[in-house]
Amino acid sequence: MVKNIIDVRNLSKSFDISSKEPGLKGTIKHFFRRQTKSLKVIKDISFEIKEGEIVGFLGANGAGKTTILKMLCGLIYPSDGSILVSGYLPFRRKENFLKNITLIMGQKQQLIWDLPPIESFYLNASIYDLDKFEAKKRIKKLSEMLEIDEELFIPVRKLSLGQRMKSELLAALIHEPNILFLDEPTLGLDINAQRNLRKFLQKYNKETNATICLTSHYMKDITSLCKRVICVHEGAISYDGKLDLLLKKLSPVKEILIVCRSEEDAIKLENSGFTVKNKIKNEITLKIENNSITSSLKAILNNFDIEDLFINEPPIDEVIGKVLIKKDYDI
Amino acid sequence: MISNLINRKISTLLKVQYSNMLEYRVEIALWAISGIIPFFMLNIWTTNNLNESINISDVLLSRYFLCAFFVRQFSVVWVVFSFEEDSLMGKVSPYLIQPLNPFFRYFAQHIAEQITRFPFALIIAFFFFIFNPESIWIPNLSTLLLSIVSTFLSFLIQFLIQSIVACLCFWTEKASSIERLLFIPTLFLSGLLAPVVSFPQYVKSWIYMTPFPYLIDFPANLLSGNETNIIGGLSMQILWIILLLPLFKKIWSEGTKKYTAMGS
Repeated sequence: MVKNIIDVRNLSKSFDISSKEPGLKGTIKHFFRRQTKSLKVIKDISFEIKEGEIVGFLGANGAGKTTILKMLCGLIYPSDGSILVSGYLPFRRKENFLKNITLIMGQKQQLIWDLPPIESFYLNASIYDLDKFEAKKRIKKLSEMLEIDEELFIPVRKLSLGQRMKSELLAALIHEPNILFLDEPTLGLDINAQRNLRKFLQKYNKETNATICLTSHYMKDITSLCKRVICVHEGAISYDGKLDLLLKKLSPVKEILIVCRSEEDAIKLENSGFTVKNKIKNEITLKIENNSITSSLKAILNNFDIEDLFINEPPIDEVIGKVLIKKDYDI
Repeated sequence: MISNLINRKISTLLKVQYSNMLEYRVEIALWAISGIIPFFMLNIWTTNNLNESINISDVLLSRYFLCAFFVRQFSVVWVVFSFEEDSLMGKVSPYLIQPLNPFFRYFAQHIAEQITRFPFALIIAFFFFIFNPESIWIPNLSTLLLSIVSTFLSFLIQFLIQSIVACLCFWTEKASSIERLLFIPTLFLSGLLAPVVSFPQYVKSWIYMTPFPYLIDFPANLLSGNETNIIGGLSMQILWIILLLPLFKKIWSEGTKKYTAMGS
């Protein structure tokens, strides 16, 4: 049985936020008397993550995804509840815990700006107590996986965003962590760089059985990497489960465009009992439930003279977008 | 084994930070030049014959201010500004989840900067001796070694004070404004503008109870060969470090609980 590597129970986090009224009057009032209020950004959430799982955290801006990741890696202190990551309380930041994890935040860099990435790699290697030989071996292995080579010797400030992001990944993974916290890792990357990064993460997960917690606004990151998603809405979990189940629930029907040989066939099909979305001459669009797609298509192909057909998947962004604005999904 | 690991971490940090500092060699030369306040003060003191009132000869006074310049060059600290910027920009976050206190990075940065600064400080001293040939002297080896130790202790005291102030970023975000308050006593009471011996007796007795005279006045007097209580001065420097270190650890541990990782 695969063990839980992350165990979160009734976790909450509040921040003290100061507010200011607009205009000069508000500024003067704010100068003499600050008004602060406590804002609960994470509300009593619980979940577990198993070793080797890749879990996507979905939610609108400000929903609390990044705050959850920051608490899981020990960067910020929880207000209430408990977190156990790999058997450690993250906020205590014990050396053995820190050697087991990494956090990558898109656009935030740990590489030394004026030096080539290789210098930062060796620095990180010594911070994580790797000897020079081991560090060299890991840099070689990871740079091959990430397909970077000459870039290692060029000052970071002269690298493109994609090259920099790959170098950031290498710096963050040199100690071969078991748990990766990735906050918008593909932010700002072009399509090819995004795809390469996803391929790399899949490979890393497969080779090392690392657990990956990921937030991203690019749905392709989520669909190609995560089997399980946790949807966060206003600091609470609105859905925790398999991504494909969520998609089926949110999009129970598929649209099928059928091109008939003649308009007569299209009329016959229109009157045969299927739900019709629209019909233009010999082209007809049907709405068919996911669970009866195969049988329905079989019947259509056997009984009508069909020239061509297209199955239209609803855009994933549109489907997931529904999750971001809804409070609860009971699947 | 453990000391080997620590040594490797520190030596790698130093090497990397030194390479980084060499990228800024022009800036470092300018910073070194900008530290010539003691020479201006020497000029004010000698042109107005102020040294007569404290029975210090021109030669000893010029050596004192040259040594003050050197001590200042190798004990100047700016960690509060670096930490504040990194904290506000979210750069501290990746450092916090590494098994090394981020202040070691800043510490290495300062040491690397001092190493880079060294040749420039020597060049400035060379020109000082050209214009003041009567001030040339060679300190004996034991005095030189003790002065190096004392300057390093002065650097440690200032680094700890500023690190404590820097940790206030966890509460106030603009901790550098608090550092400005400390700058005034540092300027007047450390011996940068005037040797502490020139202060009235009742003021001196108070000043010696603060860390300030041990930042520049004591190491500069030691290096220049002026009469000074070596054991007393070194003991006070060590005492201040012993007092400040646990305070830093406490404020660091409380502060990181308050950290909100803004900007990231």
